[in-house]
Amino acid sequence: MAEERKSVALEKLVGRFGGDIVSTHSEFGDDTALVRREKIVEVCTFLRDDPDLVFDFAMDLTCVDYLGEEPRFEVVYHLYSLAKKRRVRIKARVPEEDPVIDTVIPVWVGMDWYEREAYDMYGIVFRNHPNLKRILMYDQFVGHPLRKDYPKARRQPTIGPEE
Amino acid sequence: MAVKREKDGAPGFLTTRFEALLAWGRKYSIYPFTFATACCGIEVMGAFGTHYDLSRFGAEVVRFSPRQADMLLVAGTVNYKMAPVLKRIYDQMLEPKWVVAMGACAASGGFYNNYSVLQGIDKILPVDVYIPGCPPNPEGIIDAVVAIQKMLETGAPRAAERWPIKI
Amino acid sequence: MTEGVAYRKEAEALDMQAEPMILNIGPSHPATHATLRFIAELGGETILKLTPEFGYLHRCFEKESESHTWTQVVTYTDRLNYVSPLMNNVGYAMAVEKLCGIDVTERCQYIRVIISEFSRIIDHMVCIGTNMVDLGALTNFWYFWKPREEVYMHLIEPLTGTRLTTGYTRIGGMAWDLPDGWEEKARGVIKNVILPAIADVNALLTKNRIFIERTMGVGPITPKEAIARGFTGPCLRAAGVPLDLRKDEGYLVYDRFDFDVPIGEQGDTCDRYMVRMEEMRQSVRIIEQALERLPGGPVNIDDPRFGLPSKQEVYTNIEALMNHFKHIMDGVQVPVGEVYSATEAANGELGYYIVSKGGGGPYKIKVRPPCFPLFQGMPHLCEGGMIADLVAVLGSVNIIAGELDR
Repeated sequence: MAEERKSVALEKLVGRFGGDIVSTHSEFGDDTALVRREKIVEVCTFLRDDPDLVFDFAMDLTCVDYLGEEPRFEVVYHLYSLAKKRRVRIKARVPEEDPVIDTVIPVWVGMDWYEREAYDMYGIVFRNHPNLKRILMYDQFVGHPLRKDYPKARRQPTIGPEE
Repeated sequence: MAVKREKDGAPGFLTTRFEALLAWGRKYSIYPFTFATACCGIEVMGAFGTHYDLSRFGAEVVRFSPRQADMLLVAGTVNYKMAPVLKRIYDQMLEPKWVVAMGACAASGGFYNNYSVLQGIDKILPVDVYIPGCPPNPEGIIDAVVAIQKMLETGAPRAAERWPIKI
Repeated sequence: MTEGVAYRKEAEALDMQAEPMILNIGPSHPATHATLRFIAELGGETILKLTPEFGYLHRCFEKESESHTWTQVVTYTDRLNYVSPLMNNVGYAMAVEKLCGIDVTERCQYIRVIISEFSRIIDHMVCIGTNMVDLGALTNFWYFWKPREEVYMHLIEPLTGTRLTTGYTRIGGMAWDLPDGWEEKARGVIKNVILPAIADVNALLTKNRIFIERTMGVGPITPKEAIARGFTGPCLRAAGVPLDLRKDEGYLVYDRFDFDVPIGEQGDTCDRYMVRMEEMRQSVRIIEQALERLPGGPVNIDDPRFGLPSKQEVYTNIEALMNHFKHIMDGVQVPVGEVYSATEAANGELGYYIVSKGGGGPYKIKVRPPCFPLFQGMPHLCEGGMIADLVAVLGSVNIIAGELDR
């Protein structure tokens, strides 16, 4: 609904980026903004540096697999502002045939391993990531296990001790 | 064991006494190697604690090197990434050795039936005693140690002697 | 990294062929609690570069939760941080209740506060106990293990039925109410066991010269670095940043209690230890206030969509039987949407991000473990120090592999 009051963070985002913010909502009390994936680093830098917002904590980065929808994957960032005690969620859709998005390590150093985990589990490639390797599964693992089309109980060959 | 036997293969009087002495010494001085990965590890620490004292049964000297231990106590979930490590540790232990699978995850994968969890360590190791529970009470660990002691006392064949099991 | 570069330059200047030694620590090692692995490049005893590796306990919490109902996931949440399982249960139940838009009863909120604070106390006891074992001070481990056994025997086991993997909360309340006499036992345990143990360990460690020299100045971190890396919990508060979700967000009924949040100065191991000891005392304060003001009334909300009907009705009434059947077989029906809910667990902010497409089970649950950024920050804390310091820092940062790997 257009006339419902948006929170400060969402208003500033829409004010600054306009059409790049595809949609926003505040259901269940969480401010959420869906942005275009090309602008993700700019949006995150703005959120961190703007003096009214100061989202200095990068709490979480994950990915959701909406199998059947186009674009299929959605990369979700959760941010927290220590000074203003606010939370916001930023989402960016990534299609299946080109699962690439820019890394936000230049904005928050702590997002390094979260991105590696999203790569390991979903296959999202983070451009310019310094060390995009598997983190939870072992190196010889084939496939991206948290995708919806990966069967839960697929057995792996038992690998022996390395020589 | 280098003990002399009679001509027909049966142990003589002195041999049986010696073997009994050896078994008595062995069973009251088991050195466990606690391969504690997950929640069962906390119950292992509880078993070695002051309330459920495991040193009453002689198994209190926990050795963190496989070369110095003779009982491998696998406590917790083992997944495909950890399985080679476990196998290597088992191979490094010296004979005679016993393996205890503690908890539902080590015995059969527990309630984790997925792409990452090994469905029981008996897929890669011979297991002598299984302790059921999630996590088992420390009294279960005491029960397992007593069972190993009985195996030692009676000279029961270890699981390693019928490994690998061909189906 | 500059340490490594300096090392090589020095070696070249002396015209020597030198390479740092690569040491593999773990994943089965007494000092790496359970299944953590470090690959350390050493120049003598100094760590030049540290690469942590984990995933040895990845048990696929997310994938499992996608094929179970909402109530069945509670048992998987126990095994996340297995030294304080009640807190994980409470955090998950709060997240789903936020999604459903329901408020639990007052009594339920007070009980959740009490069990969370007991879990926090026992978690800190394990952390400090095992940290001290690695440094060689074994007595503290036994001193802290006795209160844990007492809490298990007298409080958690009569309450939930098991010692460790509790599964006590449900959507809309708790599985059942407190047993009779539980409050008295709780007060007794605090007075006779927990407070003396804290006093004993304090007397042994806090002014002990060996402890101070081993931990002061080891693994320090500045507030700015800690925030950039996403640290939360006692490690962040030891660095001097006053972030505590119990005060800042005031979830459950924490805003009614009077307690302090200890803040450190330098963020080193000694500060982390002191912050944890003080937090235990503050938790005792919260529990005493909560026990005093514990209201009566029902523990579950009276809504047939969420709670199971009473057995009396199930055995006599067909509608209650159908309700019960639907709850167990299909699960609680939760609206469509996504929600992120965070609580202050013993190690930091434990967040649950739940995506629901309606129906009886989740579409996706992501757990934001507090240990994840802490383990990621280990190279920053340890590079430039020595191996023995790595052991001290790892113990004080309290990495629980069940939570880290999920």
